[in-house]
Amino acid sequence: MTEVATDQVIDARGMACPGPLMSLIGVIRQSQVGAVVEVWSSDQGSATDIPAWVAKARHDLIEVVEDAGYTRFRVRKAR
Amino acid sequence: MDDGEGTLSIALLSGTDDKLSAAALLTAGAAALGRKVDILLQYWALDAFRAGNLTKDHGLAPEAGPDGAAAVRRLLASGGGQHWSTVLDQAKQLGEVRVHACSLSMDLLGLDRSDLDPLVDDVEGVTAFMLTADGQLVFI
Repeated sequence: MTEVATDQVIDARGMACPGPLMSLIGVIRQSQVGAVVEVWSSDQGSATDIPAWVAKARHDLIEVVEDAGYTRFRVRKAR
Repeated sequence: MDDGEGTLSIALLSGTDDKLSAAALLTAGAAALGRKVDILLQYWALDAFRAGNLTKDHGLAPEAGPDGAAAVRRLLASGGGQHWSTVLDQAKQLGEVRVHACSLSMDLLGLDRSDLDPLVDDVEGVTAFMLTADGQLVFI
């Protein structure tokens, strides 16, 4: 995969469901179309909820990376 | 971005923190997906929405037991779990979420509109609530 620069990182590690998703939605709303936002989450619900929201809101889930004890979700605001 | 899936209507009767939290989480999830959410506060849930009452300790449902109560305390102590009223407030900012106080329960508890927290939008009867309940109706 081509490396895509991240515009903003949200460190939501330690936040319980639905904190990480809510944080992501807030930042995406304020971002320009095309912006890449990365959210870090240690909440298990994020694994299903973040991809579900990204699909529903019709943005792009660029990648999901498992790290030590948390997951990084990279999302491009598509519209 | 309502896709015509209808309103999620929640008849919220319970006044314990676990059930209030479950309702707030469901609301946030639905609002995130663009669903309209209508909450009708009845009985002990309405009592929890009195001004100044939101963040008081409302206890847990009896089935929580000591182990369940300890698990909830651990979550809150970790700082990761947000209070249900915060989750509900975020959901209201995120989407079309309306919180109604049931008029009969207002009478029952002897409450006036000015006794309620600003998270409550208005007072209405069950018929008005059912009028907009064109999707799923859940009871908590």
